Amino acid sequence: MDSALLVHRIHFAFTITFHYLFPQLTMGLAPLIVALKTLALRRNDESYNQAARFWARIFGISFVMGVVTGIPMEFQFGTNWSHFSRFAGGVIGQTLAMEGVFAFFLESAFLGLFLYGEKRLGPRGHWWAAFAVFLGSWISGFFIIVTDAWMQHPVGYTTAPNGSAQLSSFWALLLNPWAWWQYAHNMSGAVITGAFVMASVGAFYLLWGRFEDYARKFVQVGVVAALLATLLQIFPTGDGQGRMVALHQPVTLAAMEALFQTQPGAPIVLIGQPNVQEHKIDNPIEVPKALSFLTYRRWKAEVKGLDAFAQDQWPTNIELLYFSYHIMVGLGTIFIAIAVVAAFLLWRGKLFTSRWMLWILLLALPFPYIANTAGWMTAELGRQPWLVYSLMRTADGYSKTVSAGNGIFTLLGFMGMYTVLGILFLFLVRREIERGPEAAVETAH
Amino acid sequence: METIWFIIVAFMISAYVVLDGFDLGAGVIYLMAARTAGERQVIMRAIGPVWDGNEVWLLAAGGTLYFAFPLLYASSFSGFYLPLIVVLWLLMLRGIAIELRAHMDNPVWRGFFDVVFFGSSALLTIFFGAALGNVVRGVPLGPDQYFFEPLWTNFRVGVNNGILDWYTVLTGLIALVTLTIHGALYIATKTEGDLNARARLIAMRLWPLELALTVAGLIATASIRPGVLENYKHHAVGFVIPVVVFGSLAVMMHAMIKRSVRIAFLASAVYIIGMLVGAAFGLYPVVLPASTDAARSLTIYNAAAGAHGLSVGLIWWALGMILALGYFFFVYHMFRGKVRLEGEGY
Repeated sequence: MDSALLVHRIHFAFTITFHYLFPQLTMGLAPLIVALKTLALRRNDESYNQAARFWARIFGISFVMGVVTGIPMEFQFGTNWSHFSRFAGGVIGQTLAMEGVFAFFLESAFLGLFLYGEKRLGPRGHWWAAFAVFLGSWISGFFIIVTDAWMQHPVGYTTAPNGSAQLSSFWALLLNPWAWWQYAHNMSGAVITGAFVMASVGAFYLLWGRFEDYARKFVQVGVVAALLATLLQIFPTGDGQGRMVALHQPVTLAAMEALFQTQPGAPIVLIGQPNVQEHKIDNPIEVPKALSFLTYRRWKAEVKGLDAFAQDQWPTNIELLYFSYHIMVGLGTIFIAIAVVAAFLLWRGKLFTSRWMLWILLLALPFPYIANTAGWMTAELGRQPWLVYSLMRTADGYSKTVSAGNGIFTLLGFMGMYTVLGILFLFLVRREIERGPEAAVETAH
Repeated sequence: METIWFIIVAFMISAYVVLDGFDLGAGVIYLMAARTAGERQVIMRAIGPVWDGNEVWLLAAGGTLYFAFPLLYASSFSGFYLPLIVVLWLLMLRGIAIELRAHMDNPVWRGFFDVVFFGSSALLTIFFGAALGNVVRGVPLGPDQYFFEPLWTNFRVGVNNGILDWYTVLTGLIALVTLTIHGALYIATKTEGDLNARARLIAMRLWPLELALTVAGLIATASIRPGVLENYKHHAVGFVIPVVVFGSLAVMMHAMIKRSVRIAFLASAVYIIGMLVGAAFGLYPVVLPASTDAARSLTIYNAAAGAHGLSVGLIWWALGMILALGYFFFVYHMFRGKVRLEGEGY
């Protein structure tokens, strides 16, 4: 591989992966904060408001990190992927500009009011500020997903005489079926992160024996949200997303499953290492015929393997794609098990005293982040070798004028800066958790 | 249609410079004007609730530029690779400094972020000015309409420029002085007492420099790119712009002497808009001139997106702007008035 291409790919992969650690928490926490504030109004219980204030502080720290690491994403389309931008800007410029105009203004205007304006706004006004921040962050996510969905499954465009893609149908772009499945799947993934983080902090307090009134609220809201979101994550959103891939990117599906041979009644590999050289799976543990059923709803349906496609159409890193996909699905299944058991204990009134379950909730904290990251790696590695599926190869999209040396220079700079940001984030969040919900007051600049 | 989008992008960039300009300027005067911890707190509170919204104009302008003129976005962002990434780093440091500073009441923590806030604000104004200077001066576009500029070469204005040469250093200085005054006047409108007096003093002292740099900038621009005068020759209405620029400078001084800082601040905003509109008027319809061969220049016609996209965009853009302006008036209304430390904070 051309070294400049590799540098630009790692540049984007690194910055986007780090960036998405923060929006998944803010997008996931936002509806939970609205839920806490709704409970405060409904039950006329100030402690829910105090709980919301505590989460607003953590939300605020995560939001700042998301904003500052998000700015480079939009810029990099131009700086590092200029040939792609020249080709695709006439289509995805729409959604990126709409994100700015419809989401960023809303978010930034109401975030200030949400974090610093509770006294000025009063309880109802502040509920609306929280709701506006929630709406803004979810609209932002929507336009990004529509952008990515167009790269996965281009619709609503024509090719101009100069070779660039130009919008031909605005509604086809926004109503891209791929986008809606991907959006639903992505957002329930974000809620899983938010819900598990909330439940985990609550479990931590209960095990520690501090702030127990608040802790029970956190665990309760977190577990209920986790139950809903983990179930939605598999069905219908994960299933729908998977069938989009089967329909529009069959070679990607084969690579995700490491299905080398086309076969009727294809199995699903639960565990095993793909051996791309010898076109087989090492040490497989399989469920027979399951892949055929999940893909086509028939046990004996034929599923195309990698052998049905020319090798230059194969995703470029089948091993990593396979593992990303399997980690995502495996963790998603474990999340359902945790959420179902925890919800059952909550229903029976035993959760807050079941220390083993609280330990599981506490230790579950990092895994939704891993699952969400693995999910995005599945989507983006699965699209390879294409940058825009079947229209532009990744190797043709990067900035040819920006040398590998300049790319590595800025990549190292981002790595250094993001290390500092990560440390600051952990330091500040740890401090908030240690001080607890009772200390949480409005942040003042 | 292309012209409409040229105006829209110019409008959004101007909105960005006028709005984020004052909080950048507040960063430049921050260490100088605010001597005590309390005074620094006041400056932070004056910009705290609004800076992020102001900065969003940059992102929205960038997104709109990408949407309307994809080739311009692709060519200029990759060509200005190094300075743009540095700008990104500065924007990140600055956002972190403003937001995280508040999280701990510790003099070492706050002292560190105070310096980061000042440094990133000052450097950003210089970079933005130099960026505008690069666009006016022209860049070495190749036959494929791409280019790559190193940070500096020999500081001369020629065919193979660096990002920094004497002309772009001059425009960077103009931006630094202009936004420092702009920020000082904003802080003066939001504060009382010593801080207010110091902010006004900074603006007063810098005013002669702003006047001198404006004259120098006009002469320099006319001499390195006489082409910018063409539009003015053909459309005499353009001469309104320099009248507005110098008129607003006069009004600014007059208002500062009379101590009506609000009018001085508005005059500064008008001055900034005048300078930007003047540059846009001189460039039109070119958006990125080639220093190599004028035929390679990017214009609104060869850089624009397809017609269908541009007309659809007009509908949602208008809708989105109405909403955005609504939010802005609401937020500035909620946080209106002078900042006081005692009693209710934001």
